[in-house]
Amino acid sequence: MPKLPRQTPLLALLLGLLPLHAGAQSAAGLLERYSEEARREAPAYAASAARGEALFHQRGKDDWRCAGCHTDKPVVAGRHLVTGKPIAPLAPAANPERFNDAARAEKWFRRNCKDVFERPCSAAEKGDLLAYLLEQRP
Amino acid sequence: MRRALLLPGLLALAAGPGLAGDLVSPPSPEYREECGSCHVAYPPRLLDGAAWARVMAGLADHFGTDASLASATRDRLAAYLAARAAPSRGDASAPPRPDTSRITTSAWFLRKHRDGHDGLHAALWRTPAVGNPANCGACHRAAAEGRYSEHEIQLPVSTGASSR
Repeated sequence: MPKLPRQTPLLALLLGLLPLHAGAQSAAGLLERYSEEARREAPAYAASAARGEALFHQRGKDDWRCAGCHTDKPVVAGRHLVTGKPIAPLAPAANPERFNDAARAEKWFRRNCKDVFERPCSAAEKGDLLAYLLEQRP
Repeated sequence: MRRALLLPGLLALAAGPGLAGDLVSPPSPEYREECGSCHVAYPPRLLDGAAWARVMAGLADHFGTDASLASATRDRLAAYLAARAAPSRGDASAPPRPDTSRITTSAWFLRKHRDGHDGLHAALWRTPAVGNPANCGACHRAAAEGRYSEHEIQLPVSTGASSR
């Protein structure tokens, strides 16, 4: 549905924005960034896809869970539980737009963790979730 | 010189009063990015300025979910919506003002989507393809681009007892 992405690489190139000055601009880079942040709290931290998968399915407020909108297999399109609007796949392998912008990823973690778990997610949890999502293949 | 002034005027006319309900400007890329993920980027003219101000002041609890934005983004979008909102009631050209901030329960929405109108019927709303009146794109196939013309309505095929 979003038409923008096709033009984004060209635009970025023209504007000279490609250098990664803003930090993590890829899912793998973002995972590394969350891991570094988590290791500041717990030096032994290593992102775990298994923990991420469990969190992805964990029920929170009103029985909501990440998989509720993003489906149990996040390489396919989901839909918003309330509005019914289709949601593009969440796994980067199925949708390269996902997690390629750190600020946008943070915005959605902030909103959605509050909606589902009624609290912010930690850097460790975000790393785990991302490790899980990066493992998913269409 | 004059043409430079004329063009925006024409565009404004085309985008014009929502009474006909057909022609609406496409949402700006930022509006669509920030307000068009969970639901379609609703045409700003579906609410008046006061209603948009209420919506934008309460994004942290937006109809039960957190839709909060960075404050600079929120301020920019609030101005965008205010500039394109429906005129307040009393202006003869104003589209009917919704009773609440929830667009899909406004008198205008309900009248436009009443049973029997344009082939609508109660069961259609409950089909998996629609699910919720806020899912504009299920029937208004060009809703994401801001187009709600009756010519671009395509009701989903009703599958009766469907399972997914």
